[in-house]
Amino acid sequence: MAATGISSGRRRRLLRPDEIFRVVLGVAGAGVLAILATMLISTTVQAWPVLSREGWGFVTGSVWDPGTSRSEITGEYGALAFVVGTLVTSGIALAVAVPLAVAVALYITQAAPRRVAAGLTYTIELLAAVPSVVFGLWGLLFFVPTVLRPLMDVVANTLGTFVPFLGGPVVTYNYFAAGIVLSFMVMPIVMAVSREVMAGTPVTEIGAAYALGATRWEVMRHVVLPRARPGIIGATMLGLGRALGETIAVAMLIGGSQQIPSSVFRGGQSMAGIIAVTFQEAAPENVKALIGVGVLLFVITVVVNMAARLIVWATGGYVAKEQSL
Amino acid sequence: MKPSRPTTLLIVLALVAAACGGASNDDSSGSPSSEPVELLGAGASFPAPLYQEWIGAYRQVEPGVSINYQSIGSGGGIEQFIGQQTDFGASDAFLTDEELADATAARGCEPVHIPTVFGAVAVAYNVEGVDSLTLSGPVLADIFLGKITRWNDPAIAALNPGVVMPDADIVVAHRSDGSGTTSIFTTYLSSVSDDWKNGPGAGKQVEWPAPNSVGGEKNDGVTAQIQQNPGSVGYVELSYAIETGIPVAKMLNEDGNAVEPTLESTAAAADGIAIPDDLRFNILGVGGDGYPIAGATWLLAWTCGYDEAEAAALKAWITWALEDGDDLARELLYSPLPDSLQAKALAKVALIDAER
Repeated sequence: MAATGISSGRRRRLLRPDEIFRVVLGVAGAGVLAILATMLISTTVQAWPVLSREGWGFVTGSVWDPGTSRSEITGEYGALAFVVGTLVTSGIALAVAVPLAVAVALYITQAAPRRVAAGLTYTIELLAAVPSVVFGLWGLLFFVPTVLRPLMDVVANTLGTFVPFLGGPVVTYNYFAAGIVLSFMVMPIVMAVSREVMAGTPVTEIGAAYALGATRWEVMRHVVLPRARPGIIGATMLGLGRALGETIAVAMLIGGSQQIPSSVFRGGQSMAGIIAVTFQEAAPENVKALIGVGVLLFVITVVVNMAARLIVWATGGYVAKEQSL
Repeated sequence: MKPSRPTTLLIVLALVAAACGGASNDDSSGSPSSEPVELLGAGASFPAPLYQEWIGAYRQVEPGVSINYQSIGSGGGIEQFIGQQTDFGASDAFLTDEELADATAARGCEPVHIPTVFGAVAVAYNVEGVDSLTLSGPVLADIFLGKITRWNDPAIAALNPGVVMPDADIVVAHRSDGSGTTSIFTTYLSSVSDDWKNGPGAGKQVEWPAPNSVGGEKNDGVTAQIQQNPGSVGYVELSYAIETGIPVAKMLNEDGNAVEPTLESTAAAADGIAIPDDLRFNILGVGGDGYPIAGATWLLAWTCGYDEAEAAALKAWITWALEDGDDLARELLYSPLPDSLQAKALAKVALIDAER
C-alpha cells in the first residue's frame, strides 16, 4: 500500500505535459542517434574482414581486383580511385553550381521583377524534383555527347596542352561530364537556401544603403552578400552532401573505368557508383569490400560536414550574433 | 547478411499453397496437377527475359503452377540458392568448387547444373570508314591488354587485307558492373593469351589494363560508350548487338575461319565441344563454323528436399522449356541447346529431388 502511494505520486509528476513532451522528444532524438550508430557499427562489422586485411591500403591503394570466395578474402581492395572520383566530381559540381546558384539567387531576390522571380524560383526548384536517373539518361544520350563533347575537345586541344588535368585524348563520359551534370542537380538546393537567406536581409539596412547613395551592385556586394555568407556556405555544404552521395547519374556518366585518370576528360568511378554497379554480381567477399566503401563514404561525409560546421561557425559567428539582437 | 524476408515469403507461400491444397483435397478433385504450386527462383539477368517468357507461356500449359523468377544477378542468385531462399537458382557461371561444397553442406545433397541456352559475346566497334573488321583471339587480347593501341597496327592490318585502317587511337570499352558477359569474354581471352591469363585473368569483374579504357554499365552502357567514342572497341551480348545493329567484328576461330557472330554460329560453337558429366563447362577451342566467344547459362536445382508437388512442377517446367521452348528462345535471340546437350540436360532434370 505504501508502495502504491509512492508510485501514484510519481505518476502524477510524470503526467505533467512538458515532462511527457520532453521524454518524447528525447526518445526521438535518441532514436536518430541509435539508427545512425546501428548503421555505422553493423556496416563496419560486416566490412571488418576486408578493412582489417587491407588496413590503410583500403584508402590509399588503387588496385581493386575483387575475389570470388565465399569464406575468405582473396581479392585486392584499394578504393583510392573511387575516393578520387567522388571528390573530383563533387568538386567540379560545386565549382560550377555555387557561383551560378548565388548569382541566380541574387537576381531573384534583388534584381528581377516580381513575376519573373516567382516563375524562375518555381522552375529551378522543379529541377530538384527530377529523379537523378533522368539526369543520368539525359546526360548519357543527349547532353554529354552533343553539347559537352565538342566543348571538351576544344578545351583539351587548347588549355589542355599546357594546363595539368585538362589534357586529351578526351573520352565522352568522364569526370568532367559527371561533374557538370551533377552541378545541375546540386544547383537547385544551393539556390533555394541562398535565396531564403538573401530574402532575410533587413529591408531597413538595404534602404539605409540606398539612402547613402549606394548603387544596386554596392547594396548586393556590401549589404546582402555579407549577411548571406554563412547561409551560402551552409547551402554549399548541403549541396556537397548531395554531390558526394549521388549514385546513379554519376555512375552513368563518370566513365566506369577503375583507374585514376590523369585528366578530368578521362573516365573513372565514384564510391557510390562502384557499390551500385557491382553489388549485384558480387561474391560474398566482394560484398564485404563494397560495404567497406560505404563505411568510407560515410566517414568522408561526416568529416566534410564537420568541416562545414567549423567553417560556418568560424566565419558566421559575428553576423549571427548581430542578427540575434 | 541473412535476409530473412524471402524465407518468410517462402514459408507464407508454402502455407498458402498447403492451405489451398488442403481445400482442394476436401473438394476431392484428386488430380495432382490441379494443386496450385508456387516456385520461386532468382539469379542471372542475361536469360531473365527468356525465363519470364517461358514462365508466362507455361501458364497456358499448366495453369496451376505459378513460377516467380527474380532477375537479381548470378551472384545474388547463387547466394539465395545456397541460402535455401529459393527453389531454384540461375547463373551465367557454373558453381565454383567452393560454392558446390558449401551448397552440398547447406542442403545435405548436391545441386545439379542444367544448361538452358547459349549466348555469344560480340566484339562491337566504332571505327570511321571501316565496315568490316576481322580480329583474332591473340590480337583482341593484345588490344585489351593495351599492347596494341593504334588501329593501323600491323597485327590488325594483317588480319584485314584490303581494308584501310585509320591512324587513330584505340579506346577499349568494357562492362563496369560485374557480369556473366565479362566472364565469358575474359575466359576466352585467357584461353588465347597467356599474358591475359597471367594478368587480368578471367572473372565477372577484372582489372582492365589498357590505359585508354572506358566502362559502361550493362550492355546499353557499353554500347553508348562505343557509339560515343570514335575509335572504340568493346564487347556486348550478341542479342544486344543484333537489336541495336552496332557493327561487330568477325572472329578467327581455332580452325582459322573468320566467323561472324550469329545465332547459327553460336549454336555451331556449342555443338562440337567436350562436355564433362556435371555439365559445368566453358565453350573454348571452337572450330568449324562456330563463333569462338560463347557461353552457356544454367538453372540450378537440388537433388533432394522438395515436397512432391514442387519437385514435379519444377521438373515439368524445365523439361517443357528444354523440349518446347526453343522457338521462344530463338525469337528472343538466344541460341537453344544442340540435341546432344539437350539429352544430357534432361538427364539432369530427372535427378531433381531424386535423392529424397
